[in-house]
Amino acid sequence: MRSAVIVFPGSNCDRDLAVALELVTGRKPAMVWHREAELPDGTDFIGIPGGFSYGDYLRSGAMAARSPIMAAVRDAAGRGVPVIGICNGFQVLTEAGLLPGALMRNAGLNFICRQVPLRVENSQSLFTSQYDSGETVTFPVAHHDGNYQADAQTLDRLEGEGRVAFRYLGACNGSSNDIAGILNDSGNVLGLMPHPERVVEAAHGNTDGRRLFEGLLETVA
Amino acid sequence: MKARVFITLKPGVLDPQGKAIHHALEGLGFAGVADVRAGKLIELELAEGTEDAAIEDMCRKLLANTVIENFRIERLEEAAR
Repeated sequence: MRSAVIVFPGSNCDRDLAVALELVTGRKPAMVWHREAELPDGTDFIGIPGGFSYGDYLRSGAMAARSPIMAAVRDAAGRGVPVIGICNGFQVLTEAGLLPGALMRNAGLNFICRQVPLRVENSQSLFTSQYDSGETVTFPVAHHDGNYQADAQTLDRLEGEGRVAFRYLGACNGSSNDIAGILNDSGNVLGLMPHPERVVEAAHGNTDGRRLFEGLLETVA
Repeated sequence: MKARVFITLKPGVLDPQGKAIHHALEGLGFAGVADVRAGKLIELELAEGTEDAAIEDMCRKLLANTVIENFRIERLEEAAR
């Protein structure tokens, strides 16, 4: 699997994601600076990492979503290349219009940094094939703007089409329907606020995130 | 010429920041505040003759996230006349 991790000024989970990808796939991902216009040839997986791209100026993810590399990411996503956006990466994907809805300030206004239990709602996706539907996993969250909001029609469509991939077990940040992660309509773009890349080896406390990358490897490679 | 862009959350979109400000106002003893909504003001210094359509385009493509926000444009020079 030839992965690419997009790096913006202010990304800070790019290395975590790269380490997780190398651990699972055995191959170092290409680290692609936001000013590049193209992805490396043969890129078959794209990761948009967490962090605070452009210092969250204007809106979280707003600047990053308009950077040059995002045109290439949009093209690749359109061709079916799997794309994951984690935390700030999820914000970037919604701002770029690759996923519906928006991520707003947490309802309680606090920055939330803790382990959260999640329910895997859809185990049929590219990203979740190694999980069981309804299974509970624990991933860490660390965000200020993770409150997922979309209009009622969009929420109905996401729920009806099985595009809610992960849901918080219990209220976390005020998200509509406790949504933690969603898929695009063709199922090859996943955005989620929790960090699977931070729970991939025993020393991390649990390894629940590892299967996400293993599932991808199996599907893509 | 100058223009101001006012960006506000759409009606019905939860505004935790506005709620916190409301709460703080009440804490300071200001009674009679029914609701608070927080937004953004962006001031643009523009080339003379920039058309409304161009400013609207800027709003749609970057300045506002129209999923959750509305925008209103005010031209300063024209307003002063």
